[in-house]
Amino acid sequence: MSKSDPNAPKRLALIASKGTLDWAYPPLILASTAGAMGWEAGIFFTFYGLPLLLKDIGAAVSPLGNPAMPMKMPFGPEGFQNINWPIPTAMMTVPGFNALATSLMKQTFKNKGVASVPELRAMCIEADVKMIACQMTMDVFGFKKEDFISECEVGGAATFLSYAADADVQLFV
Amino acid sequence: MTALQEDKLLDCSGMLCPVPVIKTSKAIKELQVGQVLKMVATDPGAPADMEAWARQTGNDLLDSHKEGEKFIFYLKRIK
Repeated sequence: MSKSDPNAPKRLALIASKGTLDWAYPPLILASTAGAMGWEAGIFFTFYGLPLLLKDIGAAVSPLGNPAMPMKMPFGPEGFQNINWPIPTAMMTVPGFNALATSLMKQTFKNKGVASVPELRAMCIEADVKMIACQMTMDVFGFKKEDFISECEVGGAATFLSYAADADVQLFV
Repeated sequence: MTALQEDKLLDCSGMLCPVPVIKTSKAIKELQVGQVLKMVATDPGAPADMEAWARQTGNDLLDSHKEGEKFIFYLKRIK
């Protein structure tokens, strides 16, 4: 009870509404870091953010619809790696292109020393980050509690708001 | 600034945000109050982040400096 108890730790309340590889990062980075700073943290996984609670995270990324996304190669000399490849939009629709873009992004992140999404989620679990699966999204998309990691709980908008009301920082991702 | 003596060394070279902060928070919990952790990082964001982390957790950032490509931090466990 952050607000009612002056000695309680700070609290971070996040909504994760996107489940692509790129957008999986911000909530998981912020929540795990909050834990490392001695804060309480909670994430409400809703709409397309909900699959981030699946036992196996299948988060992928597509440059299609992401016009600002840099397309860079994770291998070769530094000058080559720094080239931002101009990919024609039509090519992004070719089957297999999303898988390629996803594996390139994962490799780039790994090369640079960025933790993977499953690693960051494990850090959140270790830091006792409260993970709430949105009940309504589960019903809409046909997910069951057993599909998700056992550390999560299920709740709705009222559950999140009640947690966020006592938070010092609230963000929608 | 060479008079500082660490009780534990944590090397976070090659790791990017938020891993150095998370590893530091774990490592300092393994120390006794009053002991000093030396953390080494290459993440250019580390100096600002370690200062913020120390301020938020109430631990003492005794020293923060750069040696070549490495950022060096001495952190004292306060609580």
